[in-house]
Amino acid sequence: MLEVKGVTKSYGKLIAVASVSFRADYGQTIGLLGPNGAGKTTTVSLIAGLLSPDSGEVLIEGRQVKSDTDPAKLKIGLVPQDMALYDKLSARDNLNFFAALYSLVGAKARQAITEALSLVGLSDRAGDKVGTFSGGMKRRLNLAAALLHDPQILLLDEPTVGVDPQSRNAIFENLEALKKRGKTLIYTTHYMEEAERLCDRIVIIDHGKVIADDTLQGLHKMLPVTNVIVIELDHTDGFKPEQMLALSEVKSAALGQGTLRVGVHDLCRGAPGILRWLAEEGHSYHHVSSEQPNLETVFLTLTGRSLRDS
Amino acid sequence: MIPFLALVRKDLKLFFNDRRAVIVSILVPIVLASFFGYLFGGQGGNAETSKVPVLVIDQDGSDISRGLITQLGSDKNLDVKPSTLEAGREAVRKGKATAAIVIPKDFGTDAGHALFTGATKPELGVLYDPSHNVELGMVKGILSGAVMQAVSKEMFTGKSGREMVNESLAQVENSSQMPAENRKALRDLLGGVKEFNEQQDREGASGQGELSGGLSMPYQTREQAITSGQNVEYNGYAHSFGGMGIQFILFMGLDVGIALLMLRQSGLWQRLRAAPLSRTMLLGSRAVSASLIAGFLLLVLFGFARVVFGVHIRGSFAGFLGVCAAFSLMTAAFGLMVAALGETVEATRGYSIMATLIMVMLGGAWVPTFIFPKWLQKLTVIIPTRWAMDGLDGMTWRGLGFSSALAPIAVLLLFTLLFGLIAVMRFRWRTEG
Repeated sequence: MLEVKGVTKSYGKLIAVASVSFRADYGQTIGLLGPNGAGKTTTVSLIAGLLSPDSGEVLIEGRQVKSDTDPAKLKIGLVPQDMALYDKLSARDNLNFFAALYSLVGAKARQAITEALSLVGLSDRAGDKVGTFSGGMKRRLNLAAALLHDPQILLLDEPTVGVDPQSRNAIFENLEALKKRGKTLIYTTHYMEEAERLCDRIVIIDHGKVIADDTLQGLHKMLPVTNVIVIELDHTDGFKPEQMLALSEVKSAALGQGTLRVGVHDLCRGAPGILRWLAEEGHSYHHVSSEQPNLETVFLTLTGRSLRDS
Repeated sequence: MIPFLALVRKDLKLFFNDRRAVIVSILVPIVLASFFGYLFGGQGGNAETSKVPVLVIDQDGSDISRGLITQLGSDKNLDVKPSTLEAGREAVRKGKATAAIVIPKDFGTDAGHALFTGATKPELGVLYDPSHNVELGMVKGILSGAVMQAVSKEMFTGKSGREMVNESLAQVENSSQMPAENRKALRDLLGGVKEFNEQQDREGASGQGELSGGLSMPYQTREQAITSGQNVEYNGYAHSFGGMGIQFILFMGLDVGIALLMLRQSGLWQRLRAAPLSRTMLLGSRAVSASLIAGFLLLVLFGFARVVFGVHIRGSFAGFLGVCAAFSLMTAAFGLMVAALGETVEATRGYSIMATLIMVMLGGAWVPTFIFPKWLQKLTVIIPTRWAMDGLDGMTWRGLGFSSALAPIAVLLLFTLLFGLIAVMRFRWRTEG
């Protein structure tokens, strides 16, 4: 369906993306996860035909997009990161305009607009000027504008930036509905929870390079630990977490702000030994819990840096 | 075609939806054009102009100097007031007077002698404000006429003149070296003058006649404004509405360019570029919508000028529409070129405002180009606004035919082509990643 093969793009000496490859099939949602400046938007721009790669190719159903007016562009819908709407026009006028860009007019356009507004829950605000909309409503309309020509591939460049949790949830529901219709979604984000919720596969990009490409389960397998035991210590004076690495069950140990985080492969086998060691060493604690590692941990493991700090 | 029309319609909708901006786009040029039109002649060119303030410092106090002041004061273009040297200098320095004329001591006597004998000419001091060079020329012209009239009047019929005739008669009689024929001729001439003066005195005393006024200008001028036809008066609003229209429409074109520059950095640009639209369509639609808006503004401005100030299209209406259309296209292409050459919005705004103002200024939209130096007048033929102004003037108050509009239309279209080519070639389509 969509294949990105060894695509590289540079701006002068800056390599924005370096030999990026992945593929997306019908009905799949691919998450492009990475910190700001990782190369996600450049990758999306290359797929949408806004940029030409220095090398490599982007194939839509086996064909390259060769010109500005290539019909293959009809298969793509772009939801840009920045709001792509005219505030001074009504929602309906905006959608009428974007429909006409794909030569949709008359009854076909009206039907497409009605369906898109219905999907994003803005039918009752169709006649209002976009300038009067909340940030969340604008984001939903931004999504609707990309759906009018019924594209098979939807490129979503951080579509939830700056929206409230309720609107974010509404957008997720819209995307899940589209996924059920068999649309291919390419979703860029630096929010791991979004990628975890929506994506079938996750491509992690850092400094323009793909550093991992797998399902969520597959990515978890790359981790040295499958569970983290979180222990809140009463006192941390003189405590040295690296001493715990001597225990066979312990794969990692880190102390921060009175909280000890210990990585283990097997929670049942590891927890008793760790708690016993703490008691023997005279370190008391007042709370113990366990966590599943998430994409943040994956990114940290792969790059040595936190996703949000990058 | 559907996407192209949608792009044009959207631009027009955005412009006309912003009613405040539309009103400002129309109102501001109307206010300024009305003001400039009034200043530069108004309807019929009969607006009363203000007099040039001139101070006179009379250090002579002779009949001639008093006569000179009277002559100057009678001129309708001057507002003459007496002053002292210090006060006059200060008033000119502060810009309260355009010039101060200093009549030195013995000016009357010296000027009289210089008139007949070619003796050393006395100097009239003229202190002037260098920012009023044009008025200075006029003041000097009026001063020359007034001096000739005052001095000749006194020398032919005044007391000083009679004394000089008597002195000269005595010199002639006593001259031993002068040939007899010459002596006789001069005696007859001066005697005739003396007798004429005495007769004037007798007629003046009995109230039978008036004293002679001395030398005066031996001609009069009959001024006739050449406009579109006989009895059609010049309407200054025709030029000012053309000039201000051109200026503000160029600014509108500039806004189109800046908006395009800003659009290129926005998500909207990505969405437009993601659609199957050619680059020509994206830029072309913008050019067409900007041209339509420019044409609309020009027509509204001239419509207002027609209704309120009686500005008529005295020449070819088709030529007028042609010039408006060509200028509108040129404006749109200029806007696209600004967008193509611009780097950042702020920097582009700065240099393009400067370029626009230079085009407007050199095009004669503010002041007529005839006051420019010769070399600058020649240079203005490469300024598109000059052609637009010439075209609009020609089709409005000059009342010229369609053939006179052809050159401005052709040149404006050439500029459109040039700017459009630069825009297409230099426009950066890249979207930053």
